[in-house]
Amino acid sequence: MAEKAILFDVTKCMACRACQVACHQWNDLPAEMTTNRGTYENPPDLSPTCWIKIRFNEVPKAGGGVDWVFTRQSCMHCTDASCIEVCPTGALYHSPDGFVAYNEDLCSGCGYCVEFCPFSVPRSAGSTITGIRKMKKCLFCADRVAEDNQPACVKTCPPGALTFGNRDDLVIAGKQRVKEIQATYPSAYLYGEKELGGLHVLYVLTYPPEVHGLPAKPEVPLAASVWKNALQPIGWGLVGLTVAGLGLNYIVARATVNAERERITRWMCPTCGYIRQGDEPPDQCPVSGDPGKKFTRMEE
Amino acid sequence: MTNHWVDIGNADVILIMGSNAAENHPISFHWVTKAMEKGAKLIHVDPRYTRTSARADIWAPMRSGTDIAFLGGMIKYIVEDIEKNPQNYNIEYLREYTNAGWLINPGYAFKDGIFSGYDASARAYSNKSTWQYQLDDKGIPKQDKTLKDPNCAFQLLKKHYSRYDLDTVSRTTGTPKDSLLKVYQTFASSGRPDRAGTIMYAMGTTQHTVGSQNVRAYSVIQLLLANVGIAGGGINALRGESNVQGATDHAILFHLLPGYLPMITTAHPTLAKYKELTTPVSKDPKSGNWWKHRPKYMVSLLKAWYGNAATKDNEFGYQWLPKIQAGVNYSHIPLFEAMEKGTIKGFMAWGQNPAVTSPNSNAVRKALGMLDWLVAADLWQTETATFWKRPGVDPKSIKTEVFMLPACASYEKEGSIANSGRWTQWRYKAIDPPGDAEDDLWMIVNLMNKIRAMYSKEGGPNAEAITKLAWDYGEHPSPHQVAKEINGYDLTTGKLITNFVGLKDDGTTSSGNWLFSGSYNETGNLMARRDNKDTSGIGLYSNWAWSWPLNRRIIYNRASVDLNGNPWNPKRAVVKWDPAKKAWSGDVIDGFGANSPTEIYPFIMQVEGMGRLFGLGMADGPLPEHYEPWESPTKNLLSSTQLNPAAKVWRPQEQGTPDKFPYVCSTYRVSEHWQGGAMTRNLPWLNELFPEMFVEIGDELAAEKGIKNGQKVIVESARGQVTAVAIVTARLKPFTVDGRKVHEVGLPWHWGYAGISKGDSANLLTPYIGDANTTIPEYKAFLVNVRRA
Repeated sequence: MAEKAILFDVTKCMACRACQVACHQWNDLPAEMTTNRGTYENPPDLSPTCWIKIRFNEVPKAGGGVDWVFTRQSCMHCTDASCIEVCPTGALYHSPDGFVAYNEDLCSGCGYCVEFCPFSVPRSAGSTITGIRKMKKCLFCADRVAEDNQPACVKTCPPGALTFGNRDDLVIAGKQRVKEIQATYPSAYLYGEKELGGLHVLYVLTYPPEVHGLPAKPEVPLAASVWKNALQPIGWGLVGLTVAGLGLNYIVARATVNAERERITRWMCPTCGYIRQGDEPPDQCPVSGDPGKKFTRMEE
Repeated sequence: MTNHWVDIGNADVILIMGSNAAENHPISFHWVTKAMEKGAKLIHVDPRYTRTSARADIWAPMRSGTDIAFLGGMIKYIVEDIEKNPQNYNIEYLREYTNAGWLINPGYAFKDGIFSGYDASARAYSNKSTWQYQLDDKGIPKQDKTLKDPNCAFQLLKKHYSRYDLDTVSRTTGTPKDSLLKVYQTFASSGRPDRAGTIMYAMGTTQHTVGSQNVRAYSVIQLLLANVGIAGGGINALRGESNVQGATDHAILFHLLPGYLPMITTAHPTLAKYKELTTPVSKDPKSGNWWKHRPKYMVSLLKAWYGNAATKDNEFGYQWLPKIQAGVNYSHIPLFEAMEKGTIKGFMAWGQNPAVTSPNSNAVRKALGMLDWLVAADLWQTETATFWKRPGVDPKSIKTEVFMLPACASYEKEGSIANSGRWTQWRYKAIDPPGDAEDDLWMIVNLMNKIRAMYSKEGGPNAEAITKLAWDYGEHPSPHQVAKEINGYDLTTGKLITNFVGLKDDGTTSSGNWLFSGSYNETGNLMARRDNKDTSGIGLYSNWAWSWPLNRRIIYNRASVDLNGNPWNPKRAVVKWDPAKKAWSGDVIDGFGANSPTEIYPFIMQVEGMGRLFGLGMADGPLPEHYEPWESPTKNLLSSTQLNPAAKVWRPQEQGTPDKFPYVCSTYRVSEHWQGGAMTRNLPWLNELFPEMFVEIGDELAAEKGIKNGQKVIVESARGQVTAVAIVTARLKPFTVDGRKVHEVGLPWHWGYAGISKGDSANLLTPYIGDANTTIPEYKAFLVNVRRA
């Protein structure tokens, strides 16, 4: 099967953020309560409920003025994928289309993928009901792609800054586009053709990768390879099932530690059930109008 | 739009001005991007560097409210370049299709910002006789095709804009001179016959005291460049709501009846008088003068409204219709002034939220409290619906009785929707509405059913106006019945009429809106067509839905060919004349039928048949002239007339001055929220993206005022104040205006006190002042002060 990819053309993105909304909608992700921090950019970061976002960078121009640069931030679906390397349970794996697929049932919530991703994409969250932690990230709309549909973000993109297709074709298209814009943007570059064995999200960049918030030379961290190729086989292979049980115990324990570290406090409005994340409840419920002091703190 | 969305993809140069298309019309960028992929240049002229500017090849900053200075400079540049380099322009188009060579009354004059015929006491041009053509003894306008006569429109244009030199324009607009020149040169490059330039504009153009003249300036430029009627050209208004084109076509404005027929006033006491005063007459055999058919459209409209009760003997029911006072303005601002005075006692706010969207919102909210009753038909409890319990108000102190009619959203009802490009598309109901929500048609029909029953039983003033209406929709009205009524019938055969060419003024035809006649005829509901094949090569998609008039996709398309009927640009041919077959091919030809290109002038909606460089019918002058906004940081550098002398001023005492309010402010929208915000501030996904009311402040001004990014600041004008989060940005830079530094700040107008995301309304700050022609309020340029909260 030909590998699939998404091509993101920075020169066509106008940051309408329809992709962010489409992702929420298709994947049924709730909205975050955000604040205006003095920027158009929101939410502030990827999160368990935000799998794609547009970065807004004001880049000073050589001759004065600024260039407002919009860059898509989401899972890059690497060929040399650190997250797959370190995933102890096989929850993360390469789909036949080439993207990084995910079987959530197998996820133990260990959070190694969160730590080792060179693009800082995966996020981990515990369920408010069961307390079980799971990794969250862009799934390439595997369910849509399986039925020959485009990923939701691509489908909705009004200017066609996102295109979806066979990776080989998109590499050719991306290189062609880079040629077209090089007169205007001398640093133009097709990011993802070679990086990490080839990404399944290709970027036509106008500036050096760092300006777009991307690592210039992304690498699989050494520790990730060591974990996958040396420690894990030792753990599972040599010591046998008892130790494997211990290993599992360790993973679960680690998940709990992570949960503790990343614990987010939630407050619920007793009248309408509205939930606010944060250290304190809001002054007033934005839905029912009840005062914040009536809110109850929710336990994990 | 003269053209349509898909057609933007045909342009070689795109000028976006008075619009932030990337943010507010994102889908337009599907086509802008397609044009740019083929090498088109994109120019954005805007006070702020926005998401549109980020995509543009050239961004030229311009102080809000100085569009005519900017465009006047462009007119001067083009006129001079036409004389120097005629080979770069389409001179035949200019000579044959515009009034460039038409001679104007020698009494026409312009002096220090005032045109001839001005009456200062009335703040109006009461005598426009000198703005007319010179006529020969047959009553036909005189022409000088060499364009040399000092009284021809071209020479008057040249003279008028001779003052608009780069230096003066730059000192007025704050645009650097090199940016001005770059924009002028780039857009003028679309003047060659094989090139096309389009203008995309929105409310940044219109919401000014000179809003209509801003658009006139586009017309002048596009006619000079031969860009009207061609593929990839035109003047394209990006409408701000999904069906606002349909609403306008069907006469949402006070001075119009459906299909742009003039409103009936006390100056038209009889149907005969109405016909006489509203039907233009031309003695020129080459003038198509399409509005000569107006009486047919008016009588057919009366037949649609009053059916069999409309007869020749009773002027087809003309006397039943209410007549507005001639010369009295019934537009948006005066409505609320009349509410405050108690003249208007009841108000139906139907899918509109004036407590947020009207200028001077404090005044509007106060006026709502003077009403006896208010009905809000909406999806949500808007600020208007809940004005009686707004912050700081004791509900007990408000006597207005408020009713809420829950309405259907677009996917919960069937009907037609007309987009900016005049494509009228039928849409279907996808889901049932929640609760008791009903569609608008159901509401209006059943409301009128009850009113009719009451009038039948109890009588009342002018009762027949209501009881005689042809109102046979029943309790469950069908949108198809209404669409057919709009299309119209041949009442002799009872069949749907093919199109408006068949309408008559003898009472044998009906049509609820002549412009839409042809949309739903005996061949079926053409608005429901969904053939997405394009055989034109220029993206007309003529079998997709239906476009007024007559499914014509590019209006004034007759101007896209030379006098032999051959396209100026064969690669992007819109229409073509075949002299052997005596027939036109391509798009539906504009008003020509089987007439050859030399038989009729191309601009058939104008009485003389020409595209007008010199405008005859405007309220505030035949040529666009720069005046400063009502609230301005500077004196007018182009004349000593500061404000548009025909602009309407309602509350002179509420004018802010630059000593107290030194910064220019403009209001606008973002992609993530919509209009007054009811539909978006109730959606958590969109609130996540733009959670709070904000103000954009340039980094220099912020540094001066000690304002940090993300801090709360207070913005105040002579009308009110708002609190907002500061977005401090390098995208807003001060303008150098007449040697002084002038800062501009900007506010989105989406917020209010209802909904999930709440915030202050920008319109608490905006003034009660209107354009001279349309009285559209000046939302886009006023003065404020800014300080830390």
